[in-house]
Amino acid sequence: MSAPLISLDRPNSYIGRSLPRPNAKRLLAGRGRYVSDLHLPRMLHAAFLRSPHAHAKIVSINTDAARAVEGVHLVATGPDLAKICTPWIGTLDHFKGMTSSPQLPLPLDRVVWSGQAVVAVVAESRAIAEDALELIEVNYEELPVVVDVDGAREVGSPLVNPGSANNVCFRSQLDNGAVDDAFAKASHVVEEEFSFGRHTAVTLEPRAIVADYDPAAGMLTVHHATQTPYQFQDLYSRHYGIPEARVRVIATDIGGSFGMKLHVYHEDMAVVGLSILLGRPVKYVADRIESFVSDIHARDHRVRARMALDARGGILAMDVVDLTAIGAFSTYPRTSVVEGNQVIRLIGAPYCFRNYRATLEVIFQNKVQTSQYRAVGHPIACAVTERLLDMAASKVGLDPFAIRAQNVIADDAYPHTSPTGYRFEALSHQACLKRLHEIMDYDSLRAEQADLRKRGVYRGIGIATFVEITNPSPAFYGVGGARISSQDGAIVSLTPSGEVRCLISVTEQGQGTESIIGQIVADQLGLAQERIKVITGDTEVTPHGGATWACRGAGIGGETALQSARALKRNILEIAALVLQEQPSALDIVDGEVVDASTRNQRMPISEIARIVYFRSDTLPPGTQAQLTVSHHFAPQGYPFAFTNGIQGCLLDVDVETGFVKLLKHFIVEDCGRVINPMLVDEQLRGGIVQGLGAALFEECRYSETGQLVNGSLADYLVPMPMEMPDIVIAHVETPTADTELGAKGVGEAGTAAASACVLNAVNDALAPLGATINSIPITPARVLKALKRF
Amino acid sequence: MKARAFSYFRAATIDQALDAHARAGDDARFIAGGQSLVPALSLRLQAPRLLIDITHIDELRGVRREGGYLRIGALTRHCEMLTEASIAESAPLLHVAAPFVAHPAIRNRGTIGGSVALADPASEFPAMTLALDAEIEIVGPSGRRRVKADDFFIDLFETALQPGELIAAIHVPLFRADQRFAFDELARRRGDYALVGCGIMATCQGSRIEDIRISFFSVGNTPTRVKGAERALIGARLDVERIAAAQRALECDLAPPEGDEVPPAMRLHLARVLLGRLLGRLGEGA
Repeated sequence: MSAPLISLDRPNSYIGRSLPRPNAKRLLAGRGRYVSDLHLPRMLHAAFLRSPHAHAKIVSINTDAARAVEGVHLVATGPDLAKICTPWIGTLDHFKGMTSSPQLPLPLDRVVWSGQAVVAVVAESRAIAEDALELIEVNYEELPVVVDVDGAREVGSPLVNPGSANNVCFRSQLDNGAVDDAFAKASHVVEEEFSFGRHTAVTLEPRAIVADYDPAAGMLTVHHATQTPYQFQDLYSRHYGIPEARVRVIATDIGGSFGMKLHVYHEDMAVVGLSILLGRPVKYVADRIESFVSDIHARDHRVRARMALDARGGILAMDVVDLTAIGAFSTYPRTSVVEGNQVIRLIGAPYCFRNYRATLEVIFQNKVQTSQYRAVGHPIACAVTERLLDMAASKVGLDPFAIRAQNVIADDAYPHTSPTGYRFEALSHQACLKRLHEIMDYDSLRAEQADLRKRGVYRGIGIATFVEITNPSPAFYGVGGARISSQDGAIVSLTPSGEVRCLISVTEQGQGTESIIGQIVADQLGLAQERIKVITGDTEVTPHGGATWACRGAGIGGETALQSARALKRNILEIAALVLQEQPSALDIVDGEVVDASTRNQRMPISEIARIVYFRSDTLPPGTQAQLTVSHHFAPQGYPFAFTNGIQGCLLDVDVETGFVKLLKHFIVEDCGRVINPMLVDEQLRGGIVQGLGAALFEECRYSETGQLVNGSLADYLVPMPMEMPDIVIAHVETPTADTELGAKGVGEAGTAAASACVLNAVNDALAPLGATINSIPITPARVLKALKRF
Repeated sequence: MKARAFSYFRAATIDQALDAHARAGDDARFIAGGQSLVPALSLRLQAPRLLIDITHIDELRGVRREGGYLRIGALTRHCEMLTEASIAESAPLLHVAAPFVAHPAIRNRGTIGGSVALADPASEFPAMTLALDAEIEIVGPSGRRRVKADDFFIDLFETALQPGELIAAIHVPLFRADQRFAFDELARRRGDYALVGCGIMATCQGSRIEDIRISFFSVGNTPTRVKGAERALIGARLDVERIAAAQRALECDLAPPEGDEVPPAMRLHLARVLLGRLLGRLGEGA
């Protein structure tokens, strides 16, 4: 009964169409409602005193003067909140042997990174709270600091967690055998040690929360700039002992999250406790300086990797060691080891080879926590694999395209299981490679490059193939014991006027989730999109679900919307059939009208069905109970993940005198399965690529030897800006997943996954005639000049 | 973060501003564009009792020719360096440097007087006053004086300004037909503080350099003239050997401090590269 999803020439065919986001105008007009915009009656403001030391014992805290400041309502330290909040531990069961210390909103006796919140002040205004902070005296006794990863691993190193045997959080090993044999018989071996700097998300809107505990109702309402309201409903309920049904988390408009806004932050947990202690709403908005020292950081890997190849350039084996440092704790509830785990499992993923060995070691240190951030682990795995492949290509004497064409998994060879155990349903590396070659006009670029070199211009061309993990099943977190849902739910209703409301558990952070859900519902019901209202992000209203992370909104949320809309359509047509004395199967809905399925002749508007059902049920046959509200859940089944793939290309110039890299153009061919809204998919790709380019050239959290972040401001921490960004050329290949009707996979992380690898390869391509190589990200002028021995 | 509470006074005249400063026992700051002061207040790096708003003092405004100089009022905003015809004509070095000063929103508010008074060693305009041989007109409790840019910048954020003194104007010698100039900087992103920046004013007789002033920024505690490099060029034609000699002289002229990301040797290298490029352009009549 449903029309094919791909036909665009029928009414209400919204799947596959570029449509503007309905909420864009509202946000552009300044009518967004962010947590910062909230002013609740009797609301107070929290500010936090932060540790100036990376590791120190708290000897004493004197808050008397702060308490005496007029307008101050509460000064709280670790023990005050520990009385009402149970500790949390950032481990998951499926990461065998991992450890992490219990965490509390504020520390009891020891600080473990510079910038950690130590004391909270709640006052009539943020300014008064900050006045009071200046009057608090904390007496610290400094402890030895663990900063760099080598120092942390030395025997006898100071310990981040006293009482533990060492600074290791987690170790993991993959080995499917015969790796040493493969290397022994290889014709070519390439090897490199790579380093990847720490960076951080830098969302336009910082973290923000208003907690509002009503002691009379025993009810906690939290307005929270988060991707995952249900996860926080569960956590606030369990750690503060409030029944789940009496905890409401509302995710308002959100100004970007990129994975940063789904972790438990000490300040956020503290603010909930402060509201409970005071029985009043308490607001906290991190300022930019605080964000740099308290938002999760990401990456920070050192990878030694080698690749064995046969004489023709066929990959035989890879052998990898990834060391990653994650700060003083593993983040809760998703841990800080998922990134490393994905690094070692995604290395080599696009290619056909058998023998793989990898070791992961995750280390504690006295820095802010790292955790999942856009394209978790992908950029590291991609850069390592793709750089080694380029090194191999030059050794064997193959063009970068040729060596990839030779080694990628063939498009007709699916299903395929990677050497690390990932199961791929269907990928399209060959089609993507071919398309990229075309859109780059690759041969012309190479000819131009050769010309320019004669004139002293060092142009670089780089490509990077990638695989992305999307649509995660419970295999991601659920199996590890985390109460993080991988299913989604929707409630779809026909309103009395014949419009549709869709309440759904996926959330919106600016990427257009609500738009595509509206498109899918309108498409499947046969209604104009303007007649669909999509509501997200309120645990009191929307059904429980996974929300938005790991590229699941379109694939899982979209399928939930599709199935819910089909169910509502069945119910509407059942009533229509009764009224029209037809079989439901003989009817369809087109543009809000019930029509004859075969002739398309209009029979009655669905608004008329709604009117009858809601106001004149007496005119329906006896015993009819119309169901114009449908609730429906969808949990992914089949493959544990829907893998996507693609390939990126990069064109740049290296100024070999200054070490500056100028990006000229970027290309991507991407396969995210069914494209629901091409414009939004392209925006995701562009945004993701820009974040990857930031990582490639600019972004790095730099620390001093004493564990102080030395560039924690937007003047010193460089994010990518429009003037330095190139045009981005986008093309698509569509391989829908057969696990869902919709066939959509995720796309949010694809751009970030390979952009930095692509730049790394292009810079090395540019420097090749000078005999210099780069193996570190970000690629700064200092690193380029060092490689060129210019100073 | 939020600034500590302060009082605010809007002065209508210079006398009112100076008087308010004296009465606050010098626990006061003048504010014009506020592009450096407001962030410092918000971060509580500065917490004066009184802010004296000088943006309504007419005498600090306006650009006019006066006795062989262009008098640029202290309140002249960075964006006006781009739009004011007399600046483009008579002080073109400031005109070409202006687009490199931060971003449009900052240029719309920031003033030349504020920039020179703060003397950020990474800022474009303070360094350009050195290249231009400009004079800084200062008013204060003890009257009015003019200080040559060469004598104005003393150390990191330290200038010839005494407590309670204000910059009234910058006086720039009028640009002449026998002069050439060049400006550029190496910044990671457009609008960032440069890793190294440089402005040059040269007086030429044909292709011979009669006089040259070369001023660097982002190379030390103050904007820095490189007199060794200047000496290597004065009286000579701009050829490859001379440019190389000037580049070599930077080794003695500059002593870049230890930086977190840019080691001194790298900064010196970048200064050499930038100087070579700018002198090359100057030789082409840029």
